[in-house]
Amino acid sequence: MGIRNLINITDLGTDELFQMMNLADDIIENPSKYSETCRGKTLGTLFFEPSTRTRLSFTAAMMELGGNVLGFSEAASSSAAKGESVSDTVRTVGCYSHIIAMRHPKEGAPVVAADRTTVPIINAGDGGHFHPTQTLTDLLTIRREKKRLDNMVIGVCGDLKFGRTVHSLIGAMLRYENIEFVLISPVELKIPQYVKDAMDKANAKWTEVRTLEEAMPRLDILYMTRVQKERFFNEEDYIRLKDTYVLDLKKLEVAKKDLTILHPLPRVTEISTAVDDDPRAKYFEQALCGKYIRMALILTLLGLDKEVK
Amino acid sequence: MNVDGVSTGIVLDHIQAGKSMQIYKLLGLDKLSCNVAIIQNAKSRKYGKKDIIKIDENFQIDLDVLGFADPHITVNIVKNGKLEKKFHLALPKELIGVIKCKNPRCITSVEQEIVHKFKLVDEESGMYRCEYCDTAYVAK
Ligand SMILES: [Zn+2]
Repeated sequence: MGIRNLINITDLGTDELFQMMNLADDIIENPSKYSETCRGKTLGTLFFEPSTRTRLSFTAAMMELGGNVLGFSEAASSSAAKGESVSDTVRTVGCYSHIIAMRHPKEGAPVVAADRTTVPIINAGDGGHFHPTQTLTDLLTIRREKKRLDNMVIGVCGDLKFGRTVHSLIGAMLRYENIEFVLISPVELKIPQYVKDAMDKANAKWTEVRTLEEAMPRLDILYMTRVQKERFFNEEDYIRLKDTYVLDLKKLEVAKKDLTILHPLPRVTEISTAVDDDPRAKYFEQALCGKYIRMALILTLLGLDKEVK
Repeated sequence: MNVDGVSTGIVLDHIQAGKSMQIYKLLGLDKLSCNVAIIQNAKSRKYGKKDIIKIDENFQIDLDVLGFADPHITVNIVKNGKLEKKFHLALPKELIGVIKCKNPRCITSVEQEIVHKFKLVDEESGMYRCEYCDTAYVAK
């Protein structure tokens, strides 16, 4: 594979994505085969902004490959708090690690990092910009649940205006044939025009609806996201709307039996905990897929993906 | 194009009318000791009105900067009273250290000593995007 860094999901060709997902599938089936592949290798986790879940997922991935992890979990506990630049931090940590996963509140920070080191850089989130390992996670989960990535109706629900995971997922799914999107959000949080343009350009069908109920019966995938209070101009609008975008067992009554419910987590109230026991709830499987696809990604970027027999 | 008055040097033709002073400053022509002539509001068949700058010296011009400032400019290189080379400018594919990203969430707003880089993504609309944060900048 030609790529050295993963800054944006578009860095990966469709074939490269396919191979990486195959590798993740093989890791899931034969974990012991991979348990020593990263022996002697170190992953640097540079989290200039805290994100416990993402960091733990990378850490678990590297540990299960037999490798080591070092790094920091927030800027306050690192030299970055003393004003050290991304450039200098990455140059330094690049001396102690073989691959780096970094999260930073500023957009484009991983591009700066990639310019300053020969060590592969994985973007673990740069502000509201990209979060490609979340999208990889979503794709792997969908493929494992549906055994395909084409021919399906995907509902995305919640904050579609600021939700970068949704924009990135839609962008990635447009690579595949016959995908239809149902965009479920309040008017205030509608999907941006550029995403609509991208769907039109790819000849993908899409519709905008205001309630989960009207979308539900047709969906193969339901991707839930959080509607944050601070996105609304006033409290009344938020209170009026918030329950509309909460998934509960009642709303699921009209859903398909093989619906797959996803959520990037952390969840707050947008999915009732009663839904967790429904066999269609797959968001914890999704978190697990997040670890496996990161294992596949680390192996691929280190050029170790072909070494395993 | 009349290259009278320039024996060896450069004639920038088809400058958008009114833009010649801006380009004069941008290229640092005020620092030259040779003859520099600015003609404003000359008649143009193509554009109605145009500005022209004549520089009496073979001077190294940053064509990327010039193309970004006005992609319609025609550059004439004159040697010994004859037109040696003539070419049209276009929007440069990349702008390195020419414009600054204005997105306050961009890493370039905090990280020191980063050279601001933009890539041309759409020639027709003149749209550039920041190499770091993808913020759009439309060249006019
Ligand atoms: Zn920028």
